[in-house]
Amino acid sequence: MSEVEETLKRIQSHRGVQGIIVVNCEGIPIRTTLDNSSTVQYAGLIHQLAQKARSTVRDLDPQNDLTFLRIRSKKHEIMCAPEKDYLLICVQNPEN
Amino acid sequence: MSRRRPTRIREGDDMTDIGDGTDADDWTQTKTMEKPADQLQLSEQDLKEEFTRILTANNPHAPQNIVRYSFKEKQYKQTSSVDQLAIHFSLDGNMLHRDSDEAKRQKGKLGLPEAASEPAISESGEGAAEEAEGEKQETTEERADDAATPAPTEKRKLTNQFNYSERASQTYNNPYRERGTATEPPPRATYSGNVTQWEIFDAYSEDFEKQEKSKEKKVVPGRKEEDKSRKKLTITETQSDDISRVSVASKIVERMVNQNTYDDVAQDFRYWEDVSDDYREQEGTLLPLWRFAHDKAKKLAVTSICWNPKYNDLFAASFGSYDFMKQGTGLILFHSLKNPSYPELVYETDSGVMCLDVHPEHPYQIAAGFYDGSVAVFNAVEKKDGPLHRCTAKNGKHTDPVWQVRWQKDDSDNNMNFFSISSDGRIVHWTIVKNEMIYQDVIKLVIPDVSAEGPDGIKVPTLGCGTAFDFHKQKDYLFLVGSEEGKVHVCSKAYTSHFIDSIDAHNMAVYKVAWNYYHSKLFITCSADWNVKIWEMSNKIDNKDNSETSTRKALFSFDLNNSVGDVAWAPYSSTVFAAVTADGKVYVYDLNVNKYEPICEQMVAQKKKTKLTHIEFNPIHPIIIVGDDRGNVTSLKLSPNLRKVPKEKKGQPPMDAAARQQFELNKLEKILSMVRESTEANAS
Repeated sequence: MSEVEETLKRIQSHRGVQGIIVVNCEGIPIRTTLDNSSTVQYAGLIHQLAQKARSTVRDLDPQNDLTFLRIRSKKHEIMCAPEKDYLLICVQNPEN
Repeated sequence: MSRRRPTRIREGDDMTDIGDGTDADDWTQTKTMEKPADQLQLSEQDLKEEFTRILTANNPHAPQNIVRYSFKEKQYKQTSSVDQLAIHFSLDGNMLHRDSDEAKRQKGKLGLPEAASEPAISESGEGAAEEAEGEKQETTEERADDAATPAPTEKRKLTNQFNYSERASQTYNNPYRERGTATEPPPRATYSGNVTQWEIFDAYSEDFEKQEKSKEKKVVPGRKEEDKSRKKLTITETQSDDISRVSVASKIVERMVNQNTYDDVAQDFRYWEDVSDDYREQEGTLLPLWRFAHDKAKKLAVTSICWNPKYNDLFAASFGSYDFMKQGTGLILFHSLKNPSYPELVYETDSGVMCLDVHPEHPYQIAAGFYDGSVAVFNAVEKKDGPLHRCTAKNGKHTDPVWQVRWQKDDSDNNMNFFSISSDGRIVHWTIVKNEMIYQDVIKLVIPDVSAEGPDGIKVPTLGCGTAFDFHKQKDYLFLVGSEEGKVHVCSKAYTSHFIDSIDAHNMAVYKVAWNYYHSKLFITCSADWNVKIWEMSNKIDNKDNSETSTRKALFSFDLNNSVGDVAWAPYSSTVFAAVTADGKVYVYDLNVNKYEPICEQMVAQKKKTKLTHIEFNPIHPIIIVGDDRGNVTSLKLSPNLRKVPKEKKGQPPMDAAARQQFELNKLEKILSMVRESTEANAS
């Protein structure tokens, strides 16, 4: 098992983590631990948001780049880490 | 002739849709006689009546009574002859007859050949030709008729200029036609896109890289194929393993997930200051923060810990066993404060790791010493499971466990090198040259006057057992060695045979020796005999009088009521140090506050019977990490009383490094002078 797989497995088994989605450059989920419908919803929406956020950061300074985006909501926290056009989304309930 | 024309036209271009082509002659006005309204109506007879009129050459308007003065007769006389010429119209023209002399002269002047007058001539010629063809416009035809009726001579008959009438006519106008064909339209596609500043930036930087690459290629054309094959490899690799693209992202997310769950700890690490310190005079407390544990390290003891000199949140820990009977595998772990749940890096080894050191300038290089006596170098950057170098029995391996390794400054050839100390009494200098580790024995811990007898009665010098050493912060050559017999030697790299100084410091094994960060002659030792002692190096460099050294007394001595596993000076103060004991306690002392009692004594171990083995101060943050013999590393925050630094006076700029250094030195010197006086007084 590769190092990344192990890391993803650890994150998934971490306290309060509800799911992880890996989204490719086109916004298509290639790896998920959530159910189908919510995966599609998360992948589509968060991918757009992350792209917009990245565009904003890069427009302000082209040499800068987005590394991490976290959305804290009443119910949980959505963490997005873009890398090489790929996007890793993690949903965690930190209160758990 | 005029009848034929329209048909001809139709034949000529039958493609044309003439429309009203049949009325092509419409423009010619039909001749109708028009009479003036007041014309006399004459009868037939009247019309036939003849009127005789005689034309005379007399000008009826000519005057008949012109009188001129005659000089001959000297009187006025009527002239008889009257000019009968009447001029009705006269016009001066600028045209010349081409056959006239004047025209010829002008032609000659302009150099025009006779041929230039061709069109004029041909006009007459044409007349003849046209008659046969019958294809000429009516005006010319008319003239041609005039010209053609007389004999078609070469010389053209002059036209009667008076009989000449000008007549305008319009040529037949071809009706306008419009014809269009539509080709098949080229395929179209609508495309739209937004260009942002960063996309332009990326495109430029990509282009720049390409240019750089093409430049490189030009320089080495021979390596092209190699590159290609390599490229192919990388492409297949990246395509096959999509998930590996999020390796960095997954690390970030793991840290963030941890940050969320350990949010309170992270807040404490940054902001919590023990308020109760204000009410206590001197004592402080330790606040436990994260605890670092790993499944594989559960049954192993922490044998050494070392902060990474570059990344202040990262530390390396080595795992092995201090129990002679329970030796097994070892472990090196890299933990980050940012991810307390899982180590950043794991190295598993076949033998217990007893010590490690991270290179101060190349923080990815780690030297480690093993229980089996070997030393190894690991590289944290290279993705490799095993060590980069490891010595074998052939090349300088120790015969007993290696208790400490320490990196040195790169030598004159920029080779990395380190020292190791082992129970076999040797201190070995290892140099990494290319792919090899070259060893050199620096010193052997010979115990003078004691020698064991070999089987044949040969005297074999007994070697002491080295357990710890520390290199002087300023003087590269100077170092301290602690031994299992409780001795501390001051050694120099220059002398391989004898010690500069030797102290009977402890009754049992010395576990740690450490120079003070600020004072160049002060060092601390700890031992299994429950004591922590602070020493000052004697001024006499070459002290041969052993009796005197053995009776030397420590400046300070603290009894901690249990075996002291490790002691460490605080990097932020010259007077603060911390020690860990086998009964699970951490002691923090500040000589400036209390010379006899610890300002903090706290139970840190989670369970009873857990021994604390090592302690290390973070170079920047106010935390310490403590290792125990159950594979746990605990981080603790020092309360404000434990890390007192000089108060900055208001209105003054903050102290620079040098002033700070001097301040700490003065503070320590003040205490030392008091202690020195008292010991001297006691001695006398």
